[in-house]
Order: sequence, then C-alpha cells, then structure tokens
Amino acid sequence: MSTQQDPFDPSKAAKFLLRHGHTAKLGLTYRDHGKNWVDLELPWREDLVGEIDREILASGPIISLLDMASGLSIWTSHGSFVAIATLDLRVDYQRPARPRSAVIAHVECYKLTKSAAFVRGIAHDGDPSDTVATMSGVFMSIEGANRNVGQ
Amino acid sequence: MSDSDTLTPYARTIGIRHEGDEDGAPVLAFEFTGDVEGRPQHLHGGATSGLLETAGYALLRRELSRLDRTHRLKPINITVQFLSAGKQRTTYAKGRITKLGRRNANISVEAWQDDRDRPIATAIMNIMMAEPED
Repeated sequence: MSTQQDPFDPSKAAKFLLRHGHTAKLGLTYRDHGKNWVDLELPWREDLVGEIDREILASGPIISLLDMASGLSIWTSHGSFVAIATLDLRVDYQRPARPRSAVIAHVECYKLTKSAAFVRGIAHDGDPSDTVATMSGVFMSIEGANRNVGQ
Repeated sequence: MSDSDTLTPYARTIGIRHEGDEDGAPVLAFEFTGDVEGRPQHLHGGATSGLLETAGYALLRRELSRLDRTHRLKPINITVQFLSAGKQRTTYAKGRITKLGRRNANISVEAWQDDRDRPIATAIMNIMMAEPED
C-alpha cells in the first residue's frame, strides 16, 4: 500500500466498511472524527436488545461498536488502511443504556508502534460525561497481510 | 430449555443457537455468515465477543436456575483475548464458572472452531447478580 495516497478518511471509508458484514447487520453509522479518534453510532433496534422485556441495547453490539470504532481510529491515526487484528479488548459497563436509546462510541488511538496500536474509548447515549461503558484495547498488525505496516 | 428461553433478541439476530450441553454447561454456536463477518472471510471480533458473552450468560442463568436463585444479571466487565483469526467455519463457545458468590460471578469462556484444544478466543466476565426488582 502506498503511503503517497490521500490520507485515510473515516467519513469516506465508513461508506463501504460499514455497509458489509457484521457492522452492516448492526446498522453502525459514522458520526465524526479527528486526528486520532472516531465516533460511531449504534442505533436502537428491537432486534438488538439484551432482554426480552426491556427496550435496552444488549452489551454484545456495544462491544462490536467499540471494536469497529477502534479499528477506524487506528487507520485514521496511521493515515492509511493497514491489516490489523484485535489482540485484547476490555469493556467495563457503568450502566445500561437508556430505553430506546442509540449508543455512541468515541474511541481514540493514543499510541501507535510498528506492530501494535493502543486504543481507549467510551460508549454513551447522549452525554459523553455520563458513560454507558469504557473500553481499552490492543490491536496488532497482521504480518504478511500488509508489508508496509508501521512505515 | 429452548433457544427462545435463553437467547436474547441480539443473540438470535447474529445467528447464535443452543448447540447442546456438555457437563451441564450450554454450548452455543453460530455459523459463518455475512452477519458475523469482519474483514473478508474472517469473523468480526465483536461477533466473537458477542458469542462468548452470550455463552457466559447462558451458563450463569442455567446454574442459578438449578440453584433456584432469581436475579437480574448486570454486566460489570468483559475482557476478551483474541488468539487466532476466526475462519469461515462453525464457531462454538462454552463457559466455566470460576466463582459464584452471593452478589457477583466470575466466568471464563472459550470459543473454538475445528479444534477444541486450540481456542480462537477466550473471555473473562464479571457479572453482578442483583435482586430481581433492582
């Protein structure tokens, strides 16, 4: 992959990355980004709730939301799309999301080395200071899948 | 117990099913479909995490029901270790209760594909067991 291309733009990349596979099934959408961070949104949907009698998003899709926002924050920070794999992801749940509320992830890639990317983030349902969950994770570049990783 | 009793709408949305029981613990599984795909031809880490977490809850609910205990379960945290890439195969998950206390439980879960002895991911979960009305 040439590093001479236009820098990775999550607002553009999201258009195809979020249109396929698991993230499309969950209906994730792009919201915003900065130099090393990305915000994504998980919509409230009846078929994504965690308990039959409560209209609250399950914790599972929130992990997927945070994982995907992590990947996008890494590519944004790196400036290009590189093959990465999640090594370790930890999510602490502070409280359930509000009934029928969408959940927003804000994830930043705070350190990028040749082989690893470190991310941290939050999930909230409108007020970033009142978190639903906090997350930290480590991603690795995939050897051979992209020889330019870290360059 | 049927799938509809134990599986959440989210779990059914990504194709999780109750595969069977092993030593009294439920084994959950999903097929590789577009709904759980991340980078092309590989499982999405979030989908794998969802399977692990669902297997942890299924096990805890089973054990609490066996003990005649009624609680509302609240997640405290989950830490997932991704050990190898999930391929285009059936993925299974089964948990083990490491500690079952009065108010919280610690559960470890493994997910595997072809080879039971080579898990593709593991998780540790802490779950709060609150009073039903809480």
